[in-house]
Amino acid sequence: MRGFSRRLLSLTRKEFRQLLRDRSNLAIGIVLPIVLILIFGYGMSLDVKNAPVALVLEDASPTAAEAMSGLRGSPALAPVAVRSMHEAEQLMRARAVDAIVRVPPDFSRTLAVGQARVQVIVHGADAGRARIILAYAGGAIAQAALRQADRQGAAAAREPVGAVTVEPRLWFNAANTSTWYLVPGLIVLIMTLVGAFLTALVMAREWERGTLEALFVTPVRPVEILLAKVIPYFAVGILGLALCLLAARFLFAVPMLGSLWLVLLASMLYLVVAVSLGLVISSVTRNQFLASQVALIATFLPSLMLSGFLFDLRNVPTAVRLIGQALPATYFMELLRTLFLAGNVWPLVLRDCAILAAYAAGLLALARAVTRKRLDTGRAP
Amino acid sequence: MIALLRRIASLCRKELLAILKDPASRVVLFAPAIVQSFVFGYAATYDLADVPYALLDQSRSVASAELAARLDGTGVFRRVATLRTPGEIAAAIDTQRALMVLHVGPRFEALLAAGEPAPVQIVLDARNANTAGSAVGYVNAVVERFNAERRARIGAPPPPVTVETRAWFNPNLETRWNLVPGMIAALSMLQTLLLTALSVAREREQGTFDQLLVTPMSPMEIMVGKALPPMAIGLVQSTLVLAMALFWFRIPMAGSLLTLYTGLAFFTLASVGLGLSISAVSAHMQQAMLYAFVLIMPLMLLSGLTTPVRNMPQALQIATLANPLRFAIDLVQRVYLEGVGLATVAPNLIPLAAIAAVTLPLAAWLFRHRLA
Repeated sequence: MRGFSRRLLSLTRKEFRQLLRDRSNLAIGIVLPIVLILIFGYGMSLDVKNAPVALVLEDASPTAAEAMSGLRGSPALAPVAVRSMHEAEQLMRARAVDAIVRVPPDFSRTLAVGQARVQVIVHGADAGRARIILAYAGGAIAQAALRQADRQGAAAAREPVGAVTVEPRLWFNAANTSTWYLVPGLIVLIMTLVGAFLTALVMAREWERGTLEALFVTPVRPVEILLAKVIPYFAVGILGLALCLLAARFLFAVPMLGSLWLVLLASMLYLVVAVSLGLVISSVTRNQFLASQVALIATFLPSLMLSGFLFDLRNVPTAVRLIGQALPATYFMELLRTLFLAGNVWPLVLRDCAILAAYAAGLLALARAVTRKRLDTGRAP
Repeated sequence: MIALLRRIASLCRKELLAILKDPASRVVLFAPAIVQSFVFGYAATYDLADVPYALLDQSRSVASAELAARLDGTGVFRRVATLRTPGEIAAAIDTQRALMVLHVGPRFEALLAAGEPAPVQIVLDARNANTAGSAVGYVNAVVERFNAERRARIGAPPPPVTVETRAWFNPNLETRWNLVPGMIAALSMLQTLLLTALSVAREREQGTFDQLLVTPMSPMEIMVGKALPPMAIGLVQSTLVLAMALFWFRIPMAGSLLTLYTGLAFFTLASVGLGLSISAVSAHMQQAMLYAFVLIMPLMLLSGLTTPVRNMPQALQIATLANPLRFAIDLVQRVYLEGVGLATVAPNLIPLAAIAAVTLPLAAWLFRHRLA
């Protein structure tokens, strides 16, 4: 046992030196997380604010101008008055505006009989944004019109009708900002990157150059070698996690309703999963180019696209959802979002932690098996 | 002149052989483009397909039942539970059993009958704020139709203003329509950049780059020979994604292929330039790959593919001017969806050409001077 810890310690020290010697490792371990934190916190936002909208008032009456006043009040829209529809269309084609609101010449006349129409045209090239703009513009116009009608006493003259109104309550993200759910997702990305990508790359290089075999002929046991290789990357991953947590807390003020210990535990479990994946990929490919491509395609891109980070898995076709549900990143993502925004929801936390632990155990065993087998076939000829 | 072309052609041939001789690399270069555009094409949607919701109906009235039935009738909302007390809301949402709880208060029908506003509350799980926001929009639409039909039934006049909506270039506002064309550029950049970043670094690591430098080829010729094969591979990948968009997802293409490929050629040239510059500053493959990756991440995230460039703060918007992918995605989407011609997308071509004009000579210069 003493021999084990001594050998492991000196090997780990060697690996740490090797890691720190190359600037490019630090670039991915420290610079990339910081860049990503800044990009995600400040650069990526799905919220619509001040979207330019061309407002074409073909009816010059004050009634029409007043009916459109609601557009100005909305923080999501920034209306720009434009003289003609032709000009507005040109602006739209140049993507200088996101939408056109057109008030036809007969607006105030038809409004008097309750049949006024307003046309809203959006640029559909960004569908998500277009939907939000449509909803805001439609709501603002309808409300201004109702207000106007009320003030003119039109409503009082008629029988009161009553209508259902919707009061949304957004739980867990009262501020309704995408930063709140993007930042926990960022932790998943960084852990995947450091764990799977970096480990796969470094180990593949050792396989390719044969330095791993050189180590295997020393009295050190394979498990010790693997552990010593894994520990430094584990440490880099934890460093990335610490950076993310600090940024989430102090830079973006994302609340953490669950316990910090659970976040740490879950992250470590996922880091074991990611590092083991990296080991498996490198042992199977044994080639730097292939390892990097496989790591990119099998771990990083899916955790960006299929884990529920950007696109909600509830909305995708079943086949794609099944792929998403087979990814450990999906459970880590769900777990982190819950811990950050909803608190310690025990049934969900326990289930996801158990799934991650199962993945960790399974992949570690697989990594060991693959490595040993590779060594045997390596010795054969 | 002919000798020069022959030299470049033989280097190109050697490069293509080096890239394609390994069956595993062949698979890794072409299969992912198809699989990814397939999977991401389906995954990339902000449209709601299935919203499990719980109903808490304290009014137990005809009107509330009708409202709930309308929600069920959308095909999007699926009732997973019927709650009895407000105390049960938290459990349904916390465990993610329901994304939404529709809470109809006890006075709902009385208020409606009295001609007053009758509020219904919807509680949403906004752990994914985006989905929650869309769900609010869907419920609003259902409620609006409910109100309109109710007004019509009791003979009240319709609301004073009707808003007619129309969407250009994407009539049903499908997210897939902007994402899949965007991937024509994005997916190919991922691999062309890595491929070129590795090409010189690999020779350097194996010591064959010195041999290449002592051949009669000038650094400029080496650069051209190293740049053309990845460009070809990048264009083939783009073509695969384009074919998926056209024939599998059946997204109608409005623009001309010639314009699209002119734009893509400029774009791959710029990404190859970036890749070769990375390659020239790296001492070995691992460094090249890590640097490439450190670069790819911000390029992808700040390209406007997943979140709009216009939402970014001013400083970052300026930074995206150096991002070839940003211009390529804008160009591809506009040519594909809007059908604009070369003259309109020219402002996108200029920065791409500028990036290539800076990075390619820089790489050629670094080939020689890095050695010293």
